[in-house]
Amino acid sequence: MSMAACSCGCTDASAANPKMRQFNKVCEILDRNGRDPNKLIPILQQIQEEYRYLPQRVLSFVAISLGLPPARVYGVATFYAHFALEPKGKYLIRLCDGTACHVRGSMKIYDALRSKLDLSDGQTTTKDMLFTVETVSCLGACGLAPVLMINEEVHGQMTPESAAVLVDEMIEKEKNA
Amino acid sequence: MTTALPVPATSLEELAADYEKKSSAIQRRVIICAGTGCVASGSLKVHQALVEAIAQAGLSVVVDLYDESGASSPLRISKSGCQGFCQMGPLMSVEPDGLLYVKVKPQDVDEIVETTLKNGSAVERLLYVEPRSNTRCNGVADIPFYSRQSRQVLQQCGQLDPEDIREYAHMGGYQAARKAYLEQTPEEICKEVLDSGLRGRGGGGFPTGRKWQLTLVQPGPDKYVVCNGDEGDPGAFMDRSVMEGNPHSVIEGMLIAARAIGANAGYVYVRMEYPLAVKRVRKAVQDARECGFLGTDVFGTGQTFDLEVMEGAGAFVCGEETALLASIEGKRGMPMPKPPFPAECGLFGKPTVINNVETLASIPLIMRFGAAQFRKCGSEKSPGTKTFALTGHVVNTGLIEVPFGTTLREIVYNIGGGVIDDNGALSDQPFKAVQIGGPSGGCLTEAHLDLPMDFDSLRSIGAMVGSGGLVVMNQNTCMVKIARFFMQFTQNESCGKCVLCREGTKQMLALLDDVIEGRGTLATLSLLEEVGRTVGKGSLCGLGKTAPNPVLSTLRHFRAEYEAHVVQKRCPTGQCKALATPEILETKCVGCTACVRKCPVNAISGEKKKPHKINPDICIKCGACSKACRFEAIVGV
Repeated sequence: MSMAACSCGCTDASAANPKMRQFNKVCEILDRNGRDPNKLIPILQQIQEEYRYLPQRVLSFVAISLGLPPARVYGVATFYAHFALEPKGKYLIRLCDGTACHVRGSMKIYDALRSKLDLSDGQTTTKDMLFTVETVSCLGACGLAPVLMINEEVHGQMTPESAAVLVDEMIEKEKNA
Repeated sequence: MTTALPVPATSLEELAADYEKKSSAIQRRVIICAGTGCVASGSLKVHQALVEAIAQAGLSVVVDLYDESGASSPLRISKSGCQGFCQMGPLMSVEPDGLLYVKVKPQDVDEIVETTLKNGSAVERLLYVEPRSNTRCNGVADIPFYSRQSRQVLQQCGQLDPEDIREYAHMGGYQAARKAYLEQTPEEICKEVLDSGLRGRGGGGFPTGRKWQLTLVQPGPDKYVVCNGDEGDPGAFMDRSVMEGNPHSVIEGMLIAARAIGANAGYVYVRMEYPLAVKRVRKAVQDARECGFLGTDVFGTGQTFDLEVMEGAGAFVCGEETALLASIEGKRGMPMPKPPFPAECGLFGKPTVINNVETLASIPLIMRFGAAQFRKCGSEKSPGTKTFALTGHVVNTGLIEVPFGTTLREIVYNIGGGVIDDNGALSDQPFKAVQIGGPSGGCLTEAHLDLPMDFDSLRSIGAMVGSGGLVVMNQNTCMVKIARFFMQFTQNESCGKCVLCREGTKQMLALLDDVIEGRGTLATLSLLEEVGRTVGKGSLCGLGKTAPNPVLSTLRHFRAEYEAHVVQKRCPTGQCKALATPEILETKCVGCTACVRKCPVNAISGEKKKPHKINPDICIKCGACSKACRFEAIVGV
């Protein structure tokens, strides 16, 4: 089996060792960004796109590859709200809780979504890893408040009922998939 | 969307001529809004349905102006950026008929083809109805939401195709940038901008020309221009709309800034929550580069200026300039003490100009039409226009642009169309408050209805323009809860560098919780004020300095409401659950016992078929009884 050459010298090991092989993607991303420590944030963003979260081993790998202390990489990964250290669900529901959405009742939708998906206190992702429910500060679609975003798709003028319908649609889609 | 641009680098005239040639045969243009709001309401589906319906009706239509197959037709369909009237979306305008259709659905397209495109008349039922006078408005010219605005920066947003550099060039775009590179000295540009009186639209209100002059005098050769598109204020989306609707105006503004200070590289920092803006700006940068407006030979002068687009990673504090710069450098977005200002020591330690999106988008207008023209609008110390995101309990929500000095009355009642109640119906009651400037701003009340709004007048009453979010709140809004909402936000977003901001916001939040949950006393309120003032004084950056504003300003204007919470333990609007006192109305209760069975703590008692009572000592105010009651007999929860 032949693996794409990887400039960090992990080629042979990665081909033989499945645990190492998964870093090939990371190496590709690092190379695409010229292994520039200033590009740490875009690098982490692209890694998260690949994995849907930032696995700890990958963070350490990135730190070593960029010649940065792991604490610095971990510090950046924990500072920004977009980065997740835990895997997120296939459907990421981001409910806007900006001012406009808040005064128009976004929290009722939040409660409805959580109870619909049977999420207990402190839990944000369903056990089947299908849904993650989060709030974000503002999606910038305030004219349509309250708003939520499912992955990259924005849905406006929501009600607790219409949000539940959206969830049902996704569950249905998954069943048929 | 469009086909490849002519390579090698073309001149502005060629681009404009290309557009002119391709569009000269077009007699009617249907513009469908493809801003985030309208896309969320389904405008892309409407676009597709319309294209199909036109084909079915046997008409021809131009969808891609630069389609090489040479198909021509007097009818064109294009997409635009945000037209501002998001709530009424999807929006469709028909030019030159001057029609604006609102809330268009895919099933409406057949009628549009038949009535408007074939017969040239309006589909009455899709026109906007002004709710107060109940009159139908044909288009932008008759709708008060638009006709009372003064759209300059946003003017092209709802018209041109944001992904078409040729159309931007055709409307006179990039001429100011070219003139700056070919005919003007950096000093002249700085002076023109200074003379215009343009002040930073991101909230600070610092004179842009002054900022540029300070950066110009710094030694080179490496300098940077950064566009701050990290619009994090909840309730503000004007930067998003400009980046989505007219990205080339931002790039042109950056080019002029680069020439003015001698920068050779720049960054556009866009929030990750705005994927469409990121996409459109990236495309615009690439097109500008292909045309030779960016790169190593800007407008053939041999000078270098190139742009990189960077996506934020979700940190509100990165809207603060030094934090934003740290973020571009791949670090935690924590602010640095100023001085040194970015003008001296900014990105990678080099002199840097950092401007807000709206500020940069104003620059080409100033350079094209002159500082004097710019000053004709707005007030003496705050010239020009400002975009506001008008949202909350108001009939017409959306993005508006008005001259500085416009009153709140004009904005809320004339442009916004008045206040609505919780069910969305027009309310005859006045608004309770208007929150301006997001979590850094303050509240305006009825007393401020006729205050001309500009940087200085707002500051004088303890509020600020901020980024321009205007959230209207009706009488049912609890001001303590609103203050808590903002406090929660800033507390979450505090980066943790300054103790006062990190711990102080937390303490303020706890004190607000005490008030909301009935543990507060009058002493809580004075403590809140004291902590608030201290946090404001002792924090390093704008986030901490302004974080107490919503609390202090609501305390100032709505003290009675706070006092009702702590003295009478009562929330006047009934929004604070812990202070609720559920009560059964004897006149309405029929004694069906539905509530008795739902009450989890057995607090309700009474005889069957007779009015019941709630024991307040046992009641946990969960509201289950009120939900169970079919007779609306239980109030206060």
